[in-house]
Amino acid sequence: MPALAVSFTLNGAATTVSAPAAERLLDTLRYRLGLTGAKEGCGEGECGACTVWLDGLPVNSCLVPTYQVRNRRVDTVEAADAAALEPLLRAGATQCGACTPGVVMTARWIVNHPEVLATHTVRELMAGNLCRCTGYDGIIEGIEAAMPAQAGRP
Amino acid sequence: MLQRREGLAKLTGRERYVDDLPLDGFFWGMTVRSPAPRGRVTAIRFGRDVDWSQFIVVDHRDLPGPNVVHLIEQDQPVLAAGVVRHVHEPVLLLAHPDRDELRRAVQAVEVVVAPEPPALDFREPPRPDQIQYGADNVLKHLKIEKGDVERALADAPVVVEGVYETGAQEHVYLEPQGMIASLEGDTVVIRGSMQCPYYVLAALTHALARDESRLRVIQAPTGGGFGGKEEFPSHLAIHAALLALKARRPVKMIYDRGEDMAATTKRHPARVRHRTGLTKDGRLLAQDIEVLMDGGAYVTLSPVVLSRGIIHAAGPYACEHVRIDGRAVFTNAVPFGAFRGFGAPQTLFACERHMDVIARTLGVDPVELRRINLIRDGQSTATGQVITDGADRVAVVERALELSDWRGKRRAHAAHNATHPTTRRGMGLATFYHGGGFTGGGEVYLKSRLQVAGLEDGRVEVRSANIEMGQGAITVFTQIAADRLGLAPEEVVIAEADTARVPNSGPTVASRTTMVVGRLVERACDDLRRRLGLPESARGDAVRAALRASRRRGVVGEAVYEKPPAINWNDTTYRGDAYGAFAWAAYVAEVEVDLRTGAVRVTDFVAVQEIGKVINETLARGQVQGGVAQGIGWALMEECKWKDGAMTNNQLTNYIIPTSDDVPSIRVAFLEAPYAHGAQGAKGLGELPIDGPAPAILNAVAEATGTDPREIPLTPERLMALFD
Repeated sequence: MPALAVSFTLNGAATTVSAPAAERLLDTLRYRLGLTGAKEGCGEGECGACTVWLDGLPVNSCLVPTYQVRNRRVDTVEAADAAALEPLLRAGATQCGACTPGVVMTARWIVNHPEVLATHTVRELMAGNLCRCTGYDGIIEGIEAAMPAQAGRP
Repeated sequence: MLQRREGLAKLTGRERYVDDLPLDGFFWGMTVRSPAPRGRVTAIRFGRDVDWSQFIVVDHRDLPGPNVVHLIEQDQPVLAAGVVRHVHEPVLLLAHPDRDELRRAVQAVEVVVAPEPPALDFREPPRPDQIQYGADNVLKHLKIEKGDVERALADAPVVVEGVYETGAQEHVYLEPQGMIASLEGDTVVIRGSMQCPYYVLAALTHALARDESRLRVIQAPTGGGFGGKEEFPSHLAIHAALLALKARRPVKMIYDRGEDMAATTKRHPARVRHRTGLTKDGRLLAQDIEVLMDGGAYVTLSPVVLSRGIIHAAGPYACEHVRIDGRAVFTNAVPFGAFRGFGAPQTLFACERHMDVIARTLGVDPVELRRINLIRDGQSTATGQVITDGADRVAVVERALELSDWRGKRRAHAAHNATHPTTRRGMGLATFYHGGGFTGGGEVYLKSRLQVAGLEDGRVEVRSANIEMGQGAITVFTQIAADRLGLAPEEVVIAEADTARVPNSGPTVASRTTMVVGRLVERACDDLRRRLGLPESARGDAVRAALRASRRRGVVGEAVYEKPPAINWNDTTYRGDAYGAFAWAAYVAEVEVDLRTGAVRVTDFVAVQEIGKVINETLARGQVQGGVAQGIGWALMEECKWKDGAMTNNQLTNYIIPTSDDVPSIRVAFLEAPYAHGAQGAKGLGELPIDGPAPAILNAVAEATGTDPREIPLTPERLMALFD
């Protein structure tokens, strides 16, 4: 399969990678760029373990062909600020950790967009990230604790 | 409270699971599988479009040792040798540096099978041409007998019967199975996702005919297990090792979700029949219980799953006359295996749903029925184990009723149900128990050994084969060792589970890690203190000073499992103390049922349990909430669809597990009655929470709708059929 050179902004830095035309962004990140934070949980966009941001929006990187990120912005869990994740740790949001990088990317997006809580609950917003360990309460409480005070609350 | 020690590494994506480990010059490995449930392999055809000289190909003739995955019985081949017994049975292994080419190559191999008649329904007695194990396809037959059931049933004023069925359940650990095999000198090194490094080591020793000094098994951070990584990783480790030995380079095998769901073990489907004699006001006089489980095409752990299943089948109740007859049978299904709860969820579902059927039949309040029958201290279980643990089982129920506002809600539901055109609401209760650790003499047989060593830098290192898979072993062991020695958590290191470095403290299964192995951590700390020449009371600075003074000598404390003297079990008669301790629980589910669609929504869930001692509240609560969510899935939505004994909906698009929006906030409370032989008084917890949700939810649906559901998963289709 012919390789394509794809240039994009990865965690704030200009990046160029050569990848086959059909390669998934998930594989490019993990196997070509060494960013193994995003995980493959299902390979079909159901579990969300591979969630990254594309131009600031959470996407399943197993469903994004790498060529589609040309000239766009990709952010991964590796760019997350560890200190900002303390509330998730304290609430028990991670157990086995396999869903966690995806959960963190959706969670950070919610925390950065408190206005969405005017129309949706955290429980609804997290429904795209499957977790088999926590029963979700730890994740939801962690996100609520990480939300800026009063912001966007209905 | 100590936070999960590896938590930030997981939250920031830095934790390296097997597929994340740096690895150079390796081949990917994949498996060619049987297309048929039973038959003789008459040909293996390699497609012409593939340059096979570029591939490593392994079949059963490449095994240095016996073609067996070593477990309870030596019946399951590593690779099929001429005969296949289930769809997806491994036949060939392929390796190649390019994963896409490897995938195409797997598709290009045709395994030709001359079919023979498979046994596919475990509930049907096999025809003669379907017999493949012993005289009757029964893998294991076990019995528990207490008193005289026939006479007690004949004399009972009321007899209530019921048959209950539970479906298979897929673990869906978020990280699929994965293993790397490499050669380091003459040593085969395995790194992978697993619960039991020493099980993997034993299986490799056997199949590779290689002694332990030339084998090393290292557990990589493991993304969930739930029992699915108890016995199965032995298969994958042998497969990867065979490819690596032939390729003379590292081989990595990572299942994708489809292969993982189709080809690996699941929870045993079961049918349980109850015949119960009672007084008119609901006192249990006799319990006659038949348990039937589908074992699938090889024995795997089915005898032990059946054993735990029947021991829990009579529920946490006092009854003088009990007979439990259990059978696990062979079918040509993909073999079933360990899954959180290990047989108990199936039998407790039947028991607790049956209790509500009894309550409805007798016109007795379901709470009252349980209250009068719950075991009191001094009374005995079905195996004759006298319970004297001081736990207040009625108080557990009372707390669950109070937290769930049982009485208030039931009144409100009655009002709602009388007027609402399309929805019905209800509450359901389940009271249950779960034994911690291996059954009966199992812990004695394991002879678990654990070390706590003084390190050169003044810290101590806990060396155990018990692994972290999300349940919190690293954090709990840290707490136990730090508390015992008066050290800070940062002064405790938990060794990587590497069979070259840690002793065999047994498998990470059976809710045994905190209770049983944690106790070994305490005793190894005590031994370390003795070897440092310190009195029993020494803590903190006294320990630090002695560790500093001895750091060059490398002092190592050790503990070996010792049976608490009061535990006595007879494995022949199935009489005696089945477990060192039971944890006790009462769960309440509230549901809303949509009469138009048959959809059931769990709107509230209260989980109260007595677990001896809570060591880390966040972790303990997380275990319960996760187990309840998994139980909600099993009860309502997780349905394996079958064809020829293999799962056909082997993808997360149509095998539905609960999302955050499918479960309510799960409210958890603990009661504590310390267990003298558990770490800090703890009993086992990990499996308990999967036992209660399904019966509590079905009891709630029955109450809400007036139907009588007896089978899970209670999908909308099944419930709609009950409306008609």
